[in-house]
Amino acid sequence: MEMVLSFEKNISLAKQGNRRELAKLLTLIESGERLPIEESNNSWVLGVTGPPGVGKSTLIGVMIEEWVGRGEKVAVLAIDPSSPKSGGALLGDRMRMTSADNGESVFIRSLATRNHPGGLMPFLDSMINLLSYCGWTKIIIETVGSGQSEIRIVAFANRIMLVDGPDRGDIIQAEKAGIIELADAIVINKSDLPNADNAANSIKKSLEYSNKNNDTVVMLTSSINNNGIPELIEELDNLKVNKERSILRIKERLISAWDYKLLSNSSLDEILLDLQSGAINLDEALENL
Amino acid sequence: MSMRIVIAKPGLDGHDRGAKVIARALRDAGHEVIYTGLRRKPSEIVRVVMDEDAVAVGLSTLSGAHNVLIPKVCEELLSNDMGDVIVFAGGIIPESDREYLYSLGVRAIFGPGTKTSSIIDFLETISERKDSELDVGVGEKTGWRWS
Repeated sequence: MEMVLSFEKNISLAKQGNRRELAKLLTLIESGERLPIEESNNSWVLGVTGPPGVGKSTLIGVMIEEWVGRGEKVAVLAIDPSSPKSGGALLGDRMRMTSADNGESVFIRSLATRNHPGGLMPFLDSMINLLSYCGWTKIIIETVGSGQSEIRIVAFANRIMLVDGPDRGDIIQAEKAGIIELADAIVINKSDLPNADNAANSIKKSLEYSNKNNDTVVMLTSSINNNGIPELIEELDNLKVNKERSILRIKERLISAWDYKLLSNSSLDEILLDLQSGAINLDEALENL
Repeated sequence: MSMRIVIAKPGLDGHDRGAKVIARALRDAGHEVIYTGLRRKPSEIVRVVMDEDAVAVGLSTLSGAHNVLIPKVCEELLSNDMGDVIVFAGGIIPESDREYLYSLGVRAIFGPGTKTSSIIDFLETISERKDSELDVGVGEKTGWRWS
């Protein structure tokens, strides 16, 4: 009880703008602590996903500047992978958002996946609630560089932006199923490079083909010369939360929590060894869990 | 014990091969490393340490400005009530300058030729000192240093 009370004091300090308290509370959440904060239904959360190397971090860096210029308070949770071997991680996203290390209107926290499946941790929800409660008006989750079928981000973000680069393959890439169907906005970044227009057109055509009334935003940006950034921010600010997605969202949350439960099962190591040695088969393993 | 550690490049210094090797070595030892990239102000570095809730910050400098930049980082950590953060340094820091930096609360200085394993050992030691509530942060009593 006393612990909860002291958290309340920390939370109130964080709400008043104490960054250190906020940072420490995020650490507590990461270590599995539950804070007495109600779930917020009107947090503005943008999930930024896309393959490695397309410029997600750099793009977020310039988006932050644009938003801060418009009076928003921007918080970023930037996720990078943990080493499956050592458990360590090199968190390098924020070095590409350097404009963000000044001023009170930006908060960036780097997070390691700690090998959570899907590269997203179930406690992201609590972090979002805390940030939202503390007055951060734009919350961005940057996923690890991810592929076509990784859609878990819908569990945590109510708006999805897919970032891709030019020259990522022929039109058939844009015809494939997956995250592309769930994105509210698709951004072809590095528009200063050749073939960016072609990439954007392929995606637009593909989306139109599957649904004439498709209202997915498709845009071109270049972070290095700031092209298309104000226009992108305008579009993102006007995005409506896609209600049709709520069951999918709940399902992905459930899977996330389920995975977490599996990985924190105390007999997991034992079962893995039994599986390795052939003492039990997969069905028996599931039974034992 | 896995820790969150910031590896930073303060000031006008364009060489970060060393910092990247250290970052990689710490990663391989199981730590979570936040690398700031090149040419950061002391105030920006302190901001990163604060937001990331890092236990320690390693400052890599090869420019000769260590006697200005490192004290500035220590000072700003203290003025932000972050005296529990552990500061260590590396790069080209002549022997004759080191005593001054230690007197500000820097706990280790790693020069050229250092084995990455001794930096890992240092981190294990500071983790143990922290757990035993022995002085180790930049704002705590100086005296103990890695040697």
